[in-house]
Amino acid sequence: MTTNGVLQVLVFFGLVLLLTRPVGTWMARVFDGERTWLHPALAPVERLSYRICRVDPREDMKWTTYAGALIAFSLAGMLLSYALLRLQGILPLNPQGLGAKEMTPDLAFNTAASFTTNTNWQSYVPETTVSYFSNMVSLAAHNWMSACSGIAVALALTRGLARRQSGRIGNFWVDVTRSMLYLLLPISIVGALLMVWQGVPQNFDPSTVAHTVEGGTQTIAQGPVASQEIIKELGTNGGGFFNANSAHPYENPTPITNLFQVLCIFLIPAGLTSTFGRMVGNTRQGWTLFAAMSVMFLLGVFTLMHYEQLGNPNVARLGVVSHAGPRQPGGNMEGKETRFGIANSALFATVTTDASCGAVNSMHDSFTPIGGLVPLANILTGEVIFGGVGAGLYGMLMYAILAVFIAGLMVGRTPEYLGKKIEQHEVKMAMLPVLVLAASILGFSALSANLGLPAQSAMNRVGADGPFLGSTFNNLNNGGPHGLTETFYAFASATGNNGSAFAGITANTPYYNLMLALAMLAGRFLMIIPLLAIAGSLSAKKSVPASAGTFPTDSPTFVVLLIGVVVIVGALTFFPALALGPVVEHLQMRSGVLY
Amino acid sequence: MFRQIVSAVAMVVVMTVLTGVLFPLGITAMAQVFFPFQAHGSLLKAGGRVVGSRLIGQNFSRAAYFHSRPSAAGNGYDASNSGGTNLGPTSLKLIRGVHLKRKDGSDDPGNFDGIADLASAYRAENGLDSTALLPADAVARSPSGLDPEISPENAQLQCARVARARGVGAELVRRLVQAHTRGRQLGLLGEPRVNVLELNLELDRGIRSPRVAAPAVRNSKGSL
Repeated sequence: MTTNGVLQVLVFFGLVLLLTRPVGTWMARVFDGERTWLHPALAPVERLSYRICRVDPREDMKWTTYAGALIAFSLAGMLLSYALLRLQGILPLNPQGLGAKEMTPDLAFNTAASFTTNTNWQSYVPETTVSYFSNMVSLAAHNWMSACSGIAVALALTRGLARRQSGRIGNFWVDVTRSMLYLLLPISIVGALLMVWQGVPQNFDPSTVAHTVEGGTQTIAQGPVASQEIIKELGTNGGGFFNANSAHPYENPTPITNLFQVLCIFLIPAGLTSTFGRMVGNTRQGWTLFAAMSVMFLLGVFTLMHYEQLGNPNVARLGVVSHAGPRQPGGNMEGKETRFGIANSALFATVTTDASCGAVNSMHDSFTPIGGLVPLANILTGEVIFGGVGAGLYGMLMYAILAVFIAGLMVGRTPEYLGKKIEQHEVKMAMLPVLVLAASILGFSALSANLGLPAQSAMNRVGADGPFLGSTFNNLNNGGPHGLTETFYAFASATGNNGSAFAGITANTPYYNLMLALAMLAGRFLMIIPLLAIAGSLSAKKSVPASAGTFPTDSPTFVVLLIGVVVIVGALTFFPALALGPVVEHLQMRSGVLY
Repeated sequence: MFRQIVSAVAMVVVMTVLTGVLFPLGITAMAQVFFPFQAHGSLLKAGGRVVGSRLIGQNFSRAAYFHSRPSAAGNGYDASNSGGTNLGPTSLKLIRGVHLKRKDGSDDPGNFDGIADLASAYRAENGLDSTALLPADAVARSPSGLDPEISPENAQLQCARVARARGVGAELVRRLVQAHTRGRQLGLLGEPRVNVLELNLELDRGIRSPRVAAPAVRNSKGSL
């Protein structure tokens, strides 16, 4: 690692630390319905949208109503997206003439599910598959909607902990509308313009044909990139305008935009820990979660950076420099941009997988084995290291409930969290997502690593003729343990609603499109619904005063316990798969085995 | 529940219009007013024709030009098909490449230059001996396949070749590279780098190439 690399990470982390409280306070005020300086401009829009949508903003919902509203909202959005994607050929803003031939039914289903669940997995190459209209209206609008839903769930769970004997957890429509208007919109307007200033395009021009210096031609894809780029990070969505995502110079042209993008990814998730502390009436509770997240983030980013800087001995053997110098990056530069080098690539990869963003500024598939293990492990924790907007907080609260339960078992007392007794029902509901995620990730990976479809099957036609035609492992770009990791990463990313990939895998076949879509839907809704159930039951409970026997959840001990639970649940569940993938690959890389 | 479904459908429509239509249109309008050069892709023009974008790398193969990094976008620097190799560190294809002949003796279309091939080609064209150490970016493909930049060391190693092809002193070219080397942003962020297209255009303006007429580049309005 270079001093400058460490410094860049610390500057980033310092900025996150600095912004957490102001952003958290702002959110607490907005969601409590306080008047802010934005209200003169935006309150009429808020009221109008309630009137159009027949929402009574004073209604306080039971958890079942809240969950019903969320599911209806997601389903309606998903159906609309599916229809618009399939119809893109007859819709406007389509200078490249892309139609339903590119957007097949299975791909449209996968894409609609992907953007609805805040995953933004992309089985397709955007430049040659989706029109400007599809990008803007069918997909980018979901970046807003899914982000707002995630924030809403986190708020509902927080209210469940904060309220006493109420049984109500807030109003889904109000939470969604306020997230959009008072939080995402103002930051997005400023952020999009900042990106354009640094070079991100924003136009409706058809692709530009350039006549290059050496006399060739180059077709340069264009589009309304900046408006999608900002919400892609701010809403931890991650779906790129271009295939190369944030590695593309048009999506992420300079180190300044890179810093801005990673900041946007962590901004709301970090802020929400502070909002949480304020809403439950004890800011130390929020900072405890923040501390646990920070430790795991710093551990991840420096591990990743260290191994990427060490590089690949198979390349070093060819006379390629692997130590960084003042005029060259060194390290493993395969799949990394010159302007980002090792440090910014490692930082981005860690942030995007800590949060459920999934944007990439370097190709994770080309990372060194341990370098690639870090993003994968981050996803496998359930993305609670700051995590997705809302999703990070509610995921971490799920772990907190498990942690106090385990602590309770150790001392033989009924566990409490924030004055609420954690009983059988809550623990069952908190364990359910853990089991569903593991079953989905491991089950789908195992299936795809072994399944041999008939050679003539239309479900998975990939690769040349050969003995394995039809096999679902034919879709891999790499052999050996790395190939297994490609499959494993795909289903971890889909189930965890991340959306990044070991992108060598050919996922645009009916088989993978359907399986990945199922994994994404399971990962989103089978996590949200049990957590809303917990919110409902906690909200109805009375608060018991803290006694000498209460395990304090705002102490360094709890930070350690919480990290332990996150790591053990992740490590024990997935250790065998990680050992067969990145760990074996690491040993083989060092001894020069190639596939 | 029926009431929630009505609200859901209406809210999807309201948010789609607001965030999917009005927001991007508003941003487009503001971008056109404040940053028209960047909003249209930072295109560089010569004689009324677009020669490329300062942000998008392009292919250079002549000795008289600095060469960009190897690219995996389409057939190399295809700016409508961005992407990297996605080959892992234990990939035989990545390290050694694929070199197959078809039955009629022609090269197989699936052939691929490994890092070993790229390294020996780089050494050969720049007159370096076979043990010369190379900067990592010179033989590694970028994730976008459109990386507009190379490391200062990579540019430095190409100076002698470019100077010879143009019949000028290497020191002159080296000074030009130095002038075009961009440090870290704000002295801290990112990595030092050299923009290949801008450097080559500057070469054509300042140092006459025997084979290529110098296109006059209109100055860009925007700046980074």
